[in-house]
Amino acid sequence: MFLNLFIFMSDLIQVKNLCKTYGEGESATKAVCGANFSIQKGEFVAIMGPSGSGKSTLMQMLGFLDRPSEGEYFFEGKDILHFSDDELAKIRNEKVGFIFQSFNLLPRTTVSENVELPLLYDEKRLSQEENEKKVLEALKSVSMEHRAEYSPNQLSGGEKQRVSIARALINNPAIIFADEPTGNLDSKSGIQVMEILDDLNEEGHTIILVTHETQTAQYAKRIISMKDGQIISDVNVENRIKLKDGDTLK
Amino acid sequence: MRFLNPIKISYKNLMAARFRSFLTILGVIIGVASVIIIMSIGLSAQELILDQVKGIGSNLIGVLPGASDEDGPPAAAMGIVNTSFTYDDLLALKNSRNVPEVDDGAGYVLGTITITWNEISKNTHFTGTTASYMNVENAEMAEGRFFDSEEEMNLSRVAVLGNKLVKDIFGEENAIGQRVKINEDNFTVIGIFKDRGSAAFGSSGQDDSVFIPLKTAQKIILGINHLGFARLKVKSPDLIESAIANAKITLRQRHNIDNPANDDFSVRDQAAALEMIGQITDVLRYFLLAVGTISLIVGGVGIMNIMLIAVGQRIREVGLRKSLGAKNREIMSQFLAESVFVSLLGGIIGIILGISISFLASVIIQYLGYSWKFLISFQSIIVAVLVSIFIGIIFGLYPARKASRVSPMEALRYE
Repeated sequence: MFLNLFIFMSDLIQVKNLCKTYGEGESATKAVCGANFSIQKGEFVAIMGPSGSGKSTLMQMLGFLDRPSEGEYFFEGKDILHFSDDELAKIRNEKVGFIFQSFNLLPRTTVSENVELPLLYDEKRLSQEENEKKVLEALKSVSMEHRAEYSPNQLSGGEKQRVSIARALINNPAIIFADEPTGNLDSKSGIQVMEILDDLNEEGHTIILVTHETQTAQYAKRIISMKDGQIISDVNVENRIKLKDGDTLK
Repeated sequence: MRFLNPIKISYKNLMAARFRSFLTILGVIIGVASVIIIMSIGLSAQELILDQVKGIGSNLIGVLPGASDEDGPPAAAMGIVNTSFTYDDLLALKNSRNVPEVDDGAGYVLGTITITWNEISKNTHFTGTTASYMNVENAEMAEGRFFDSEEEMNLSRVAVLGNKLVKDIFGEENAIGQRVKINEDNFTVIGIFKDRGSAAFGSSGQDDSVFIPLKTAQKIILGINHLGFARLKVKSPDLIESAIANAKITLRQRHNIDNPANDDFSVRDQAAALEMIGQITDVLRYFLLAVGTISLIVGGVGIMNIMLIAVGQRIREVGLRKSLGAKNREIMSQFLAESVFVSLLGGIIGIILGISISFLASVIIQYLGYSWKFLISFQSIIVAVLVSIFIGIIFGLYPARKASRVSPMEALRYE
């Protein structure tokens, strides 16, 4: 009984029968349906599947970017379905970091300004000095501090993705969502990025990776496979293959 | 930083498309500049009129033959000759038993003459007046003297000339003591007026005019017995109303009028004349202000358009900011701050432009010889700033709301 309670309490994410339907009536399509699983703190989960399988939709619901049509979603034990837009924004700011396939760095702003962005929406409102300190720390953790005053379009793809990892890390989130983080990168940069994510996981960060590449998914410790909006398998990876510089990813 | 950030962002976005941004804010620039110019020129024009009224004395009341209502021009101004007002009437008005508020008074007859000296001939207007002219109108002599009350009464053939007229006829030569021909009669020049300004309001162009004694003008030049009009100098401006009332009573007694509706004269102060001028300039000002306002509205629509384009172009940015924790109202205030910034920038450029053009206008007007002052009303600048902020908010509200309502998921998917 005690053990059960303990396990329940340590669930970072618990979803029950989660569904997302687009459209109404006859044209309604179920992008995701009947998702049931939980994710503990410290896990490295890959959500895998071909395009159109609903993996991105699932990630967006888990990352509070979109609301489920049906089902239940508990985050740190709290039912978030009835949270207001502002409360969801607060969770996104404090608990979640996003890494996107297309980086989503703001042009015409410097690297450090991009990394600082989540702090501008932080309700704690730190001083400018504290912000700068945090930005530098985050950039150091991805070895990008020497590019702090560069503009994003002066950077290579791999560097851009490292900057966006720094941005995702700045608020020390409970969970990091990476949506096809290697999709726009060459294989060498892809490996670097995946290694950073692996290191972050080793440090205790929970990571949810969305990918259609089997090789990339191999970095994760657990793979949830999807097809046509349904979860078809949920397995722990037993033999994690770790690629190093020089190996090919794809 | 938190406050400055949206401004920094909008500044960068503005700079990224300089020419387009300039076109966008041009409407606001033109609107604000025209409002500033209208206010400035209006103010200076008012000051000019006020100054000239003060120059001839704001404590003057005019007495004119012929009835007129409060607002309309007097009959004399429409070319109707009225012979009922005489020199004796003026004496009665100057009598402190009749009108105790009056300090002094001058009578006038006006006309045009030909003045000739050494084959040089010039058509100009003349004023026949009393010796009290100097005191009533605060006139000053440059050279020589004005005629005295004896010369005023005994048909002396003496003339006092305006400064400009002297230059036109005598050039560099000394005019005092010279004999000139006015129409067919010989006159001696005894004095020259000091320059009074070419647009002197109400002083019938003293600078290029000939002044001769009242009786001389009535008998020798015009062949009449009545006065064109009179001006009374009241002891202090706050006595003007009672002076007007007493002057009316005096004239009604002298002309045997029982009913004020049958008055054959009008008595008015400068304020009444000023009011009429004010009404005309006010209409003009409101019209120009309306043009400026329309321009500001057009400018606002331009800003709305550019902000809608910005929202469309930056929808991924909105999605990203939301994914990083931006709340709806934070997105809204960012876009609102941008539109206010753009509009305010236009406003500030407009203010600078407006002040520059007003200044240029004042330099040109001064060059033309008017005693024009360069005046900028502080109020108009405050109003211009507030209006540009207001326009930024009003026309930025819809695009900002639109941006804030974008779903972060859809915004991030947007290509």
